[in-house]
Amino acid sequence: MDNNNNQPLLRLEHIGKEYYGNRVLSDISFEINPGEIIGLVGENGAGKSTLLNILFGNSVIHSTGGYDGNIYLDEKLVHFTTPHQALAAGIGMVHQEFSLIPGFSATENILLNREVLNGSLMSYVFSERVSTLDRSEMHKRALTAINTLGVNISPDMLVNEMPVGYKQFIEIAREIDRKNTRILFLDEPTAVLTESEAEILLSALKKLARSGIAIIFISHRLSEIKELCSRILVLRDGKLITDQKSEDLTLRQIASLMVGRESLRKEEKLIEDIPEQPVEIGDINETLDLGQKPKKKKKKKPALKVEHLWVDMPGETVRDVSFEVMRGEIFGIGGLAGHGKLGIPNGIMGLYPAGGKVRLFGKRLTLNRPRVALNRKMAFVSEDRRGVGLLLDEPLDWNITFTAMQNQGRFLLGIPYIFQVRNEFAMAKEAQKFIDALGIKCTGTSQKAGELSGGNQQKVCLAKAFVLQPDILLICEPTRGIDIGAKTLVLDTLKEYNKEHGTTIIITSSELEELRSVCNRVAIVDEGRIAGVLPASSSAEDFGMLMMGQNSNFVGGEEVNTNEKEGENIA
Amino acid sequence: MIGKFIKSAGWPRIIIAAFLLGLFIAAPFVGVNIYTSFNNTLVRFGMNGIMVLAMIPMVQAGCGLNFGLPLGIIAGLLGATLSIELNTQILEWLVKFGTQYKYLSFLSQEFVTAYRQPIGFASAIIIAIPIAAVLGWFYGKLLNRVKGDEMMIATYVGFSSVSFMCIAWLLLPYKHPTMVWGYAGRGLRTTISVEGYWLRILNDALAIDVNEHLRIPTGMLIFFAVTAVIVWIFMRTKTGTALTAVGSNPEFARASGVNVDRMRTISVVMSTILGAVGIIVYEQSFGFIQLYMGPFYMALPAVASILLGGASVNKASILNVIIGTFLFQGILTMTPSVFNSVFQTDMSEVIRLIVSNGMILYALTRKVRA
Amino acid sequence: MIRKFFDIVANNAVPAIFILISAFAIPLSGFSASYLVQELLTRIGRNSFLILSLLIPIMAGMGLNFGMVLGAMAGQIGLLFICDWGVVGIPGMVLACLIGTPIAIVLGIFCGHILNRAKGREMVTSYILGFFINGVYQMVVLYLMGWVIPITNPTLLLSRGYGVRNAVSLMGIRGVLDNLLPTVIAGTEGAKQFLNVNGANTYLLLQIPCLDGAIRLPLATFIIIALFCAFIIWFRKTKLGQDMRAIGQDQGVSHSSGIPVNRTRIIAIVISTVLACYGQIIYLQNMGTLNTYNSHDQAGMFSIAALLIGGASVSRASIANVFVGVILFHLMFIVAPMAGKNLIGEAQIGEYFRVFVSYGIIALALVLHAWKRNREREAARRSMRGDK
Repeated sequence: MDNNNNQPLLRLEHIGKEYYGNRVLSDISFEINPGEIIGLVGENGAGKSTLLNILFGNSVIHSTGGYDGNIYLDEKLVHFTTPHQALAAGIGMVHQEFSLIPGFSATENILLNREVLNGSLMSYVFSERVSTLDRSEMHKRALTAINTLGVNISPDMLVNEMPVGYKQFIEIAREIDRKNTRILFLDEPTAVLTESEAEILLSALKKLARSGIAIIFISHRLSEIKELCSRILVLRDGKLITDQKSEDLTLRQIASLMVGRESLRKEEKLIEDIPEQPVEIGDINETLDLGQKPKKKKKKKPALKVEHLWVDMPGETVRDVSFEVMRGEIFGIGGLAGHGKLGIPNGIMGLYPAGGKVRLFGKRLTLNRPRVALNRKMAFVSEDRRGVGLLLDEPLDWNITFTAMQNQGRFLLGIPYIFQVRNEFAMAKEAQKFIDALGIKCTGTSQKAGELSGGNQQKVCLAKAFVLQPDILLICEPTRGIDIGAKTLVLDTLKEYNKEHGTTIIITSSELEELRSVCNRVAIVDEGRIAGVLPASSSAEDFGMLMMGQNSNFVGGEEVNTNEKEGENIA
Repeated sequence: MIGKFIKSAGWPRIIIAAFLLGLFIAAPFVGVNIYTSFNNTLVRFGMNGIMVLAMIPMVQAGCGLNFGLPLGIIAGLLGATLSIELNTQILEWLVKFGTQYKYLSFLSQEFVTAYRQPIGFASAIIIAIPIAAVLGWFYGKLLNRVKGDEMMIATYVGFSSVSFMCIAWLLLPYKHPTMVWGYAGRGLRTTISVEGYWLRILNDALAIDVNEHLRIPTGMLIFFAVTAVIVWIFMRTKTGTALTAVGSNPEFARASGVNVDRMRTISVVMSTILGAVGIIVYEQSFGFIQLYMGPFYMALPAVASILLGGASVNKASILNVIIGTFLFQGILTMTPSVFNSVFQTDMSEVIRLIVSNGMILYALTRKVRA
Repeated sequence: MIRKFFDIVANNAVPAIFILISAFAIPLSGFSASYLVQELLTRIGRNSFLILSLLIPIMAGMGLNFGMVLGAMAGQIGLLFICDWGVVGIPGMVLACLIGTPIAIVLGIFCGHILNRAKGREMVTSYILGFFINGVYQMVVLYLMGWVIPITNPTLLLSRGYGVRNAVSLMGIRGVLDNLLPTVIAGTEGAKQFLNVNGANTYLLLQIPCLDGAIRLPLATFIIIALFCAFIIWFRKTKLGQDMRAIGQDQGVSHSSGIPVNRTRIIAIVISTVLACYGQIIYLQNMGTLNTYNSHDQAGMFSIAALLIGGASVSRASIANVFVGVILFHLMFIVAPMAGKNLIGEAQIGEYFRVFVSYGIIALALVLHAWKRNREREAARRSMRGDK
């Protein structure tokens, strides 16, 4: 599928983007020819979605000050400010979330807002909208689009009665039906498909490409990318790292390019104060004890033991997860967004329906009961700060002390179970203590949590957890949406807390480097299962391979070998 | 500064407050006695205050405005009618208790006869509260199942319970001659006078006569104040705090180990009980128990009052209740007297409709945090 | 399987209960069949149009349009003017519609904008909006008419010289539509009697031998209603109708596919309001008197209750629901007082019973809808779990 035309279909020149002074994309240049399939890979936050948003003219981009650089379609400069302009220019997009009307048939969805209309007098007098639909013609067109994909779906089937895979095909059929579609973006289209469905999709895409449509394909399944795409672009930290023919890259190379190595060096400074030891899974306890309080030395029991946990958290389904966390350890859970890493702590804390066995210091924990989890001296910092973590309309002292008040009966005056009034003085005092200790910037304990900046809100969430004096602290995305200075502060606070109190901490984060800098061990979650648990000192590409669902390549002690490869140059 | 004030208070409130102020200023010029107006406003404030207070628990727990207040009112009406129906029995029981138990020996025949009216009033409230609690509990369970649609369903639960009670008032075996229809000997009358039972029992207690036009109903105001303080303290208990958190962010509350549905039920029970007590206080001042379709639209003024006082669909305080009730009742009393003097016509009904519903509309169309 | 069973029960429980109630109450009331049929036909003609006006907002996912009273008020204002000007007969009705239409459109646009600001609680908002506009309506009719707005006919006005009376006689247009194409269905005997009284030429006669009385059929009204049904069926097939269905199911997806969501919602409400205006005019031409300050209030409540009794829900309603509903609701309405009287000796009980049923049925339908929706949300969440 080489370039058989003289001019590229789409050409990007030095595309860049800043959100509120925060550069997320810089100097991206590449071109796509008709009929070409390009694979776009990168970690969460590498800039993939921002790039898509720019190309698709999403209003987020326009409302935050536009982008740098130029986009040429057919060598003509274009600048989309709404998705509709992009659609009109022939750019189609299949999103990760389905945008289908559930009660409509396949036909109605494929032709949504592009229905075939019968001409009538009324439409001249009033508007096109009072013309009736030409159902038989619509049916024909839908059938053509579905057939192009090479799948067998009845155009009259209702979307809410379809298996998930079909919905994905309907989405794609909708873009195909658009007569002028020449470039198609697919964002993780295979994530919800079964293996055989995914194969059908891949061959359908190849067929489409032969008809001259250019495709940009995003997937975390590297083998798929390699099979399907002629060229692979790797994004990392908002930069285009690689633009190569897919034959020239091995899976391992792609993984390591994605996760990166120069950033690792930067990270090593952060790691310094953690005792770095070659850790082997077998005797993790001994290794850990070096960095922890000596009195914990004799304890061989794990603090938390999870067996076959499943969690029904929308968008973060956990299918079958087993792991152990040692006492006093900082344990990291990483992986791509949507693969279930967030589901694990949320499930353990009882916030979403869950099953399986969880043992806390050897004793079984009742799942699905937040109150029980809290009473067992676990504390939780949610990834959804504004949605779950905070009472935005209430003052800081409420936010910080509420959980402790309700579960441990602190900050109350009166007789338990009969009459207890909150002790606002004690609440404010405790809140003030944490405001000082964590350096929360606010006007006082009575300021509303919603008025603080992201970083300070995160510190309030931490304070809320610390007040509980937990044995185990579960933290999700501790640095999401906060600026760099606050990031370091939050991570340092966690490390310090772990050192001072010997608290076991489980951090879930999308930022692998962050996990590697703070944690002793990191588990990588892939499609609802643990792909592997590695010591934090393992090489970046090992983590990368795990994230990309290539864990089959990992057996036995291979990870030890990979450590030696560090520093080698790949290209 | 002024802009910020307007923004936080909202245009409708400012317009209405200015309108009321205008009415008070205009009153003396058109020959309306300011003392009489003030007197009426105070009395109506005391009459309606507790029913407005009934909005607080549900709003704070995130159940929205309690359009189902008539349910609480029905409990109050049952308490009121039963207290009259059973008046003699209750007094007899008390005397019996007085002779049986030593520490109740103050309950002599003389004592009971002398305090017949306060005892009647208290018994109305004591009967109404458990009824309200039971009704409120079921009502709360229902609202937990229909999260997101509470207000509309509350409205119709209120309406259907009122119309159901219409049938019940006809069929319930009340016998007391002052209450049932004279000719049929059964079926409660549409309005029942409480004269001789507990008419103006709170209004007249400790009342201060300032002049011939102004009589401060101290007892009723104290009763309101005490109820308000109880609500205030309740909102500060562990339960009250949890309840507020549920209204502020149910997910946060759940993650903090709070049983969200239980808190919501408690708030609905509280609200229903307050509604029951509220209507009894209203009736003792009004002088009549209004049955049948009487309680039908009683929720709307209460809802409008608390919104007028600055509450939103999900936040309300005691201060909102006091300001709102005063403003709303002030307009209701001032409009007829002033308009009557100026235009020789009573526009109060129209003004009431526009002000109260306009205020509710305004609150409903405010952007809420997603 | 159990789910399916539950759905079938939940979807048809309301009409089933009503058929049961009627089955008990009809014999108790002691009314004759021909009386009941006559009454029902009259009421179908009187009420169907109003109820049909509710269908389009339901299609657009805006729930029961409690704001239809806005349209009813617009229609009443039109009627007040034709009474004042003394325009009678069909021209009077047409003129009333012509006056009512622009008022209904303006109110509908206002209502639509308000509802777009209160997404997710359209029903309670439109309900309160009805009260609010009622206040404005009273202000206009009770104070401005005869003072600012010229009303010359003194019989319309209160004795003080301005403001419209509580009850206005609509003799000029009473029954003009119902009797435009006068039709009678009668048995052989009944036909003879009827012709003796009314003369032979004026009536179109359908003879059904087995009937014992004579039943008048408001044919012209029925034709108008049939046309309206045809309009709704056609409307569903249009692009606009398709867009409304899409919006009703998912506003976000509709918006991203380029459908002007807010505008379409406003159009839905405007159509509903205008149709409610016509519906109220038809209703009142049958009644013959206008209760200036009450008629519209009842119109909204009874129409909504009837639609729900017909088996409609907050999110789904069909033409069949309208007619099943109007028949069942009014059957109960007719027989309940008599049944109550014969059963307990108190007609009042039956009166209260039907009021209770009207409100109770709306409450029940709202509860069932919210309950079902929350259950479905739960189920949708569970389906995302996939293979566990």
